[in-house]
Amino acid sequence: MTVRKNQAALTAEEKRRFVAALIELKRSGRYDTFVTTHNEFIMSDTDFGDRVGHRSPSFLPWHRRFLLEFEQALQSVDSSVTLPYWDWTADRTARSSLWAADFLGGTGRSRDNRVMDGPFAAGSGNWPIRVRVDGRGYLRRSLGANGGLTLPTRAEVDSVLAMPTYDTAPWNSSSDGFRNHLEGWRGVNLHNRVHVWVGGQMATGTSPNDPVFWLHHAFVDKLWAEWQALHPDSPYLPQGGTRNVVDLHDTMRPWNDVTPADMLDHTAFYTFDTAA
Amino acid sequence: MSSMSRRSALGATVGVFGGLALAGAAHASADRARDGRQDHLAHAGHDAMPESFDEVYQGRRIQGRPAQSGGHGGGSAHGGHHPAGYQVHVDGRELHVMRNADGTWISVVNHYETFANPRAVARAAVVELQGSALAPFPA
Ligand SMILES: [Cu+2]
Ligand SMILES: [Cu+2]
Repeated sequence: MTVRKNQAALTAEEKRRFVAALIELKRSGRYDTFVTTHNEFIMSDTDFGDRVGHRSPSFLPWHRRFLLEFEQALQSVDSSVTLPYWDWTADRTARSSLWAADFLGGTGRSRDNRVMDGPFAAGSGNWPIRVRVDGRGYLRRSLGANGGLTLPTRAEVDSVLAMPTYDTAPWNSSSDGFRNHLEGWRGVNLHNRVHVWVGGQMATGTSPNDPVFWLHHAFVDKLWAEWQALHPDSPYLPQGGTRNVVDLHDTMRPWNDVTPADMLDHTAFYTFDTAA
Repeated sequence: MSSMSRRSALGATVGVFGGLALAGAAHASADRARDGRQDHLAHAGHDAMPESFDEVYQGRRIQGRPAQSGGHGGGSAHGGHHPAGYQVHVDGRELHVMRNADGTWISVVNHYETFANPRAVARAAVVELQGSALAPFPA
């Protein structure tokens, strides 16, 4: 059974295997197909048109399915590997072990934000950035350098988890409710703010170029599970007949064989190291 | 790498306003036929579209203007992403921008952070790009 663990609790061997599996997916070309898919959805999901992966109720089930597919790809390389999560309310500085040279490497140098250490630094030769929005082919970060931005606190997370309604009309970036506050287009801003705090490719539509994308979204996914545990009687919304939006039993692109209803119970696929 | 060669081929038209408008019109009508979302395009394209701008910011030429493809807010030169309704260019390369429901804007290089208008998005992109050239849209 797949158990997703807090990245801070991984052993040196677990880190080594996770990194090796990432690099193998990159080498084989499979990794970049995930980056391409993500950017296509980022650019096509709009507030007034079809929206599936982002700024819509299916943000959470879409990314759950996306992460499952990625985790299965990792496991096809090394069956012992699972996706760790990054609790950015706890590990909230650039000095966290997450950013050490034996795991994801640190922030970028000031001149061009180029990551200089760790397995994904350009100098390693393991991590060419091929799916990109500009000419730069190296991983970049500027951890916390964006205007004094700080990562969300646990109190801010708890204020969002307390919201009893999953999502509300008009089911986009202007919605009230749990989903949009977690996504961050409204209110204290959780998920979006973390992308901006990391900077570099993580702030762009090609954010999965940075492996921390998966750890960030694994924690966002865990927060969905925590919210469900807090609000067992609150359903996914909307339930049917909504234009441009994925209802509970509608299939989601690009897979077309999976619905939000299929994604509601994460324990069918994995559990977490702590109760969600 | 086939996507790279397609992108290179498309690069020949990126940055030419005339070519973009023609291609955008064709794609916008195809989008409408496929998705039946004409009224939403009209919505996104008509109310209070920001004015054009053209300036040099930190050494880069940034330009923005409402898309002029059939009057419906089209303007995507290529398939695979939504009709923007407004085009922004940095040194002649199109920057993918999107308007949010609350009227704020984002771009593909600052996609999780909102800005008041397309000029602010373009300026933020110049800062983010640190002198590097925008890649043509992934096709
Ligand atoms: Cu995403
Ligand atoms: Cu994200």
